[in-house]
Amino acid sequence: MTEILGVPVAVLSGQLMLGVINGAFYALLSLGLAVIFGLLKIINFAHGAMYMLGAMCTVLIFDAFGVNYWVALFVAPVIVGCFGILLEYFLLRRIAGQDHIYSLLLTFGIALILQGVLTNIYGVSGLRYSMPEMFRGGMNLGFMFLPYYRAWVIVAALLVCFATWFMIEKTRLGSYLRAGTEDSQLMQGFGINVPLLISLTYGFGVMLAAFAGALAAPIYSVSPVMGSNILIVVFAVVVIGGMGSIAGAVITGLMMGVVEGFTKVFYPEGSAAVIFLVMVVVLLIRPSGLFGKEA
Amino acid sequence: MANATTQTDIQQSIVQQQKSEQRKKQILNLVLLVLLLLAPAVMYPVFLMKILCFALFAVAFNLLLGYTGLLSFGHAAFLAAGSYTTGYLLSNFSGLTTEMGILVGTAAATILGLGFGVVAIRRQGIYFAMITLALAQLVYFFFVQAPFTGGEDGMHGVPRGHLFGLVDLSNNYAMYYFVLAVFLGGYLVVQRIVGSPFGQVLKAIKQNEPRAVSLGYNVDRYKLLAFVISASLAGLAGSVKTVVFQLASLNDAHWHMSGEVILMTLLGGTGTLLGPVVGATFVVNLEYQLAQGPLGDWVDPILGGIFVLTVMAFRSGIVGEIQNFMRKNMS
Repeated sequence: MTEILGVPVAVLSGQLMLGVINGAFYALLSLGLAVIFGLLKIINFAHGAMYMLGAMCTVLIFDAFGVNYWVALFVAPVIVGCFGILLEYFLLRRIAGQDHIYSLLLTFGIALILQGVLTNIYGVSGLRYSMPEMFRGGMNLGFMFLPYYRAWVIVAALLVCFATWFMIEKTRLGSYLRAGTEDSQLMQGFGINVPLLISLTYGFGVMLAAFAGALAAPIYSVSPVMGSNILIVVFAVVVIGGMGSIAGAVITGLMMGVVEGFTKVFYPEGSAAVIFLVMVVVLLIRPSGLFGKEA
Repeated sequence: MANATTQTDIQQSIVQQQKSEQRKKQILNLVLLVLLLLAPAVMYPVFLMKILCFALFAVAFNLLLGYTGLLSFGHAAFLAAGSYTTGYLLSNFSGLTTEMGILVGTAAATILGLGFGVVAIRRQGIYFAMITLALAQLVYFFFVQAPFTGGEDGMHGVPRGHLFGLVDLSNNYAMYYFVLAVFLGGYLVVQRIVGSPFGQVLKAIKQNEPRAVSLGYNVDRYKLLAFVISASLAGLAGSVKTVVFQLASLNDAHWHMSGEVILMTLLGGTGTLLGPVVGATFVVNLEYQLAQGPLGDWVDPILGGIFVLTVMAFRSGIVGEIQNFMRKNMS
């Protein structure tokens, strides 16, 4: 009873939970990428750096001002989001008419700068952020031990994903966004301030990444290089899911986290590679991605 | 009548202009060649070889980005495939001559390029970039874990061996002229491709892919072939680099390297033949100079800054901007 396929249930469910948590981060990050892609038609290579900034910001404002976790969870994304809006306004906007390759390279350059500068200031070894008091410990579910904080990460990520979905699909602002995704020129003709909408969208996408970072601060090692590796995985997730739908991005993110968790149990050496292999298989069978619309 | 004469006059003057431009280019190339031949007399040959290897890498990359319009974010994988294969062969089979090691390394990169290409050309634009990046990361994990690569340490003490079993390459000057020959070979191959009908189709794909499709070209096949050639030359650069430095390291496989080759090409000038060479020379020099000075830790942010500056201010790159300037002011 306590073993499945020769693996103890506690180990299996433990890895599964870690997988779901990783998946929650993939979901948040790919959601942000998808939102930005929808309107700006660019892929934000600085997304990993924004995730890192969110986490660093959470730690730094705690060290400097003693800002507590709950406030930081709100403040860090806002700070990073404003930074993103500035980037959009001063840099991205000026090359909007050019080939999309250039905006991709621009965001890559920005990511190199951010990561490099912070590495020089804080080193690569990582900063410590202590777990908020109320999240210490966990509960025993009978078949496994569930730390409170990890449960909260899953809940928070899903809530934010749902809120994003609601905002885009059910509100007036979201309808502008969707209209802009279809045809931003036509919408401009209707008198909607598209440049402002673009700034806000980029800021919002970046905020989602920073929120993921703030959420990750207590459980992952916070360092200037934390964003680059996860970003490549998230790119694979985005290719697998396609950037067509919000639900698609979230579901694919969670699914890939679980796949990775399972691989860790049965073939640990392959866990880093498994998502990329899934990507290859999906591309061969269904090139437009699981939820993709375009060819 | 008068009208017709002026028209032929104009045509003739255009032809003449083209001829004089071509002659200028030939003279420039000749001067560069002489400089390259004489360079080891005044500069450290190993440093020059480093520049030549990266220049070849960038030239190979430019065939994709500059002439086909495909942005690969995974070219480090090919550099590393060539590098590791050659390193492994030369270290473990002492009977093998150097050029065989390099050939097999290049072949390995070519096969890998075929694999990448088949998967990646199924999507376009930014997806292509993301897919190649992800595939290269897969290759990176492979090189970290594979038993023969030395993991994090890489391979050291790869023997340079004898070229054709005759020329002792442990002599830096012999090595230099061999690397120069390989570089020129690669450069000429790309030049030939760009000027060929095949290259014209690649340019057509870059400018407007749907139009190329509607003209009846099998676009995917052209893209795949361009990708494989580019991967192959990148692998050649990696193989030769391993022989020069006698080591194969994990740095070659890292996404950072893929970013660097993009920067070299972009900075020098995408879609120009000399651009990647100029860009590689600039970046390798810059990294060397920075490493000497107090800014050694700031290489990454400075490269990032150059990225941003190039994209914002001069997208045609150094060579491209010079060409634009000449065109504007000389005619």
